[in-house]
Amino acid sequence: MGLLSLAIWTPVLFGVILLAWGRDDRARAVRWLALIGAVISLLVTVPLYTGFQLGTAEMQFVEHAPWIERFNVSYHLGVDGISVWFVLLTAFINLVVVIAGWEVITRRVNQYMGAFLILSGLMIGVFCALDGLLFYVFFEATLIPMYLIIGIWGGPNKIYAAFKFFLYTLMGSLLLLIALIYLYTQSGGSFDILTWHTLPLGGTTQTLIFFAFLAAFAVKVPMWPVHTWLPDVHVEAPTGGSAVLAAIMLKLGAYGFLRLSMPIAPDAAREWAPLMIGLSLIAVIYVGLVAVVQRDMKKLVAYSSVAHMGFVTLGFFIFSDLGVSGGIVQMIAHGFVSAAMFLCIGVLYDRVHSREIASYGGVVNTMPKFTAFALLFMMANAGLPGTAGFVGEWMVILAAVKANFWIGMGAATALILGAGYTLWMFKRVYLGPVANDDVKALQDINAREFLMLALLAIAVLAMGVYPKPFTDVMDSSVAELLRHVALSKLN
Amino acid sequence: MIDNYSWITVLPEIVLLALSCVIALVDLYVKSPQRTLTYVLTLLTLALVAFMQAGYAVSGLNQYGFSKLIVSDQMGNWLKCFAALAVMVTLVYGRPYAGHREMMRGGELFTLALFGLLGMFLMIGGNNLLVLYMGLELLTLSSYALVALRRDNTLATEAAMKYFVLGAMASGFLLYGMSMMYGATGTLDINEMAQAIASGQIRHQVLVFGLVFVVAGLAFKLGVVPFHMWIPDVYQGAPTAVTLMIGGAPKLAAFAIMIRLLVEGLLPLALDWQQMLAVLAVGSLLVGNLAAIAQTNIKRMLAFSTISQMGFVLLGMMSGVINGNTISSADAYGSAMFYVVTYVLTTLATFGIIMLLSRKGFESEEIADFAGLNQRSPLYAGVMAICMFSLAGIPPMVGFYAKLSVLQALIASGQAIDIGLAVFAVMMSLVGAFYYLRVVKLMYFDAPVQTAAIEASADVRFVLSVNGALVLLLGVMPGGLMALCANALASMMAG
Repeated sequence: MGLLSLAIWTPVLFGVILLAWGRDDRARAVRWLALIGAVISLLVTVPLYTGFQLGTAEMQFVEHAPWIERFNVSYHLGVDGISVWFVLLTAFINLVVVIAGWEVITRRVNQYMGAFLILSGLMIGVFCALDGLLFYVFFEATLIPMYLIIGIWGGPNKIYAAFKFFLYTLMGSLLLLIALIYLYTQSGGSFDILTWHTLPLGGTTQTLIFFAFLAAFAVKVPMWPVHTWLPDVHVEAPTGGSAVLAAIMLKLGAYGFLRLSMPIAPDAAREWAPLMIGLSLIAVIYVGLVAVVQRDMKKLVAYSSVAHMGFVTLGFFIFSDLGVSGGIVQMIAHGFVSAAMFLCIGVLYDRVHSREIASYGGVVNTMPKFTAFALLFMMANAGLPGTAGFVGEWMVILAAVKANFWIGMGAATALILGAGYTLWMFKRVYLGPVANDDVKALQDINAREFLMLALLAIAVLAMGVYPKPFTDVMDSSVAELLRHVALSKLN
Repeated sequence: MIDNYSWITVLPEIVLLALSCVIALVDLYVKSPQRTLTYVLTLLTLALVAFMQAGYAVSGLNQYGFSKLIVSDQMGNWLKCFAALAVMVTLVYGRPYAGHREMMRGGELFTLALFGLLGMFLMIGGNNLLVLYMGLELLTLSSYALVALRRDNTLATEAAMKYFVLGAMASGFLLYGMSMMYGATGTLDINEMAQAIASGQIRHQVLVFGLVFVVAGLAFKLGVVPFHMWIPDVYQGAPTAVTLMIGGAPKLAAFAIMIRLLVEGLLPLALDWQQMLAVLAVGSLLVGNLAAIAQTNIKRMLAFSTISQMGFVLLGMMSGVINGNTISSADAYGSAMFYVVTYVLTTLATFGIIMLLSRKGFESEEIADFAGLNQRSPLYAGVMAICMFSLAGIPPMVGFYAKLSVLQALIASGQAIDIGLAVFAVMMSLVGAFYYLRVVKLMYFDAPVQTAAIEASADVRFVLSVNGALVLLLGVMPGGLMALCANALASMMAG
């Protein structure tokens, strides 16, 4: 069994064991088993980084076996510089989420932990799949555990949120399915993504395929104007669900652009780049403004996620080394930072049971340790140099300025907006005098919460101070992708 | 001419008929209210027959019998094997349910099920219009009686009346269409009919006139719009065990008779019947999915869901012949067969759960009765959730691959209208996802209303778990069954 298969199936196996064996009267054992599963799942992904060959754009750790012979579908896995970090990121966030749910979840612990472990395996599968149908199966299957997580452990309006999440994203991906089947027939009966990369396609066909992909990925990213599901879902999802959603699930969409849209329909991607850049800029500026006026902390972070993902798509469709690498770095950084932001909100919510900014004030007085962490993550979210949030945004802005000054100008305003809404929220929630009795009664974070926030804090700082390991890995793959996209596939 | 081969082709049917008669006689001496002996004998019979059919199918037998009245080919043998297994599973789920509802004062449940299966076998294996019709009538007559088995229940008797009247009308349609075909071609033999039509000597109008009636009759039996009105009423009114007997295995037979009549007999008229099927499919997808949303009764909801699922089967059936070219038709019909087989598998588990939740004096028929099932039994909630996701076509459940292969067959035709139909079909399955998800929502997100313990005997628990696991496992490893269906149809189209 290859390393990638291990990375996918270890968490799934532990998840299935938890579902089958766990009961609420042995919740303690269930939690420990989940933790062990998450740690092992993370450990098996480490060799992917240590054994990764730099300087080549070839797929690595490739596994290839026939799966459905009737449709020539194979179990074809592999990672390149673009995807390898997401495998590690997913396993890491999964571990953090298991720790975050430790004593917060008391009902049906085994189903909660099992759902997250299975979800993490499925998401790793999306990043590793090199077969179109395998990709789609993993991509869609992630909906099921997330739907259950939101619906079972979510807030008061959880049912609306769960349905909105499921149906909204399903709508997009059904068009993706049609496009995949169409590519299968066009390529003479192959679901292999790498084969599709070199498949000549006419202009209209490329445009149709590009937009079918766009329907799926734009909803998932989410891009303006199909982002409206995200705030609703984030508000109702449990803390862990929000963290995984923002940190990993949104990246599935952005990753789809890199793996499918751009290489398969390069001419259409170049032709429609102005549209994509326009939508990204609207996300960055307009949604950034929307974030400023939010009263609910989770909604604010949700809108900030949309704005940050706008940077990612902006970087991709500038078609320069710096832009695409910046977009990918931003994806990873946002994975750490958004997860941390949601976990911070979760820490407060567990104690006060309110997400309203107005319910807080002066938290620093009662929770100094926690506030220190929160400050770090807020700064990272605002893109302060020295934190993970800075690197990607800076790269994208630089690439944008090179491409067109006004695009760069628009993107740069987002930094100001980001600093504005983040710091203003920080001021209202954490600073000032103690606002009410709830805040007065707050207990500072315990060892478990300290551990989970410290893990993320280390990641955020390390990536901010020394991003080289991240950019080194992706250099060759990004260069190869751009070289490929620059060639016309029109026949 | 009757030779030894003829006897081989009908050996399973003979065994089935003989043992059914034996069981009917033995049952007279069974005193136990649970009818354990009858039950065990019936299951053994079904297992034996399924085993024989599987053996035939694996050996690749392709044989005509009794002067081509009967054909025993790979497709037919697999379908018969699956039908026998489906009836077996139905009886396992249905026995406790029927026992609580005074449906087992005699052993009719078992013997009628066996005779129904015999009818299905004839429908699947017939190579002659009259044999096919006879099989259909044997199946539907057994079904009428089964629906009315609970004779003191007004709903059930009403459903039986409706079913009988509409079913008789449909049979009339079909018979009339068949007689037109006979009049035009001068033969009842399916192959000779195809040759006669292909010769081009027969007037097209007469043929199409007959074809309309044949398609209408089949559409009635399959339950597709606009011939679907009996489905919701009968599904709801019939005792759930009988609903499954009607909604499960017979779908396999209905698919087979469609293949025998339309593909084997009337393939030269494909251009005509493909258009009819397209209209029926669009109507079924639209009406089935939209009407299912409004239902509060789960059996009624599943009835409308059946209508929409059969719409998908028709989409597979109508994408076989492209511009008069039959090169990819085996793929298309294979996808329809895969769809039907997986649909039956999923339906069995779904109704199994519904019967499990029903108790003596309590019908678990409202969708609301599923509230909080996850807290009462995570296993059964899991099985039901797998089935719902499968029917909605979400991977990695087997239902996804069924939809995939039908969509593939549609898109492979490369015609704009077919791709448009594929987009329409997936949009309709998005609508469908809503009502399937609603059941999952009730089971997982809501608090239980019913708190009574769920009792299940060991056989039901075992079969239900295997059934649910299969829906998931065939989704993880769909290749085998897919290849089986494709090969069965390929060998049929070649021979």
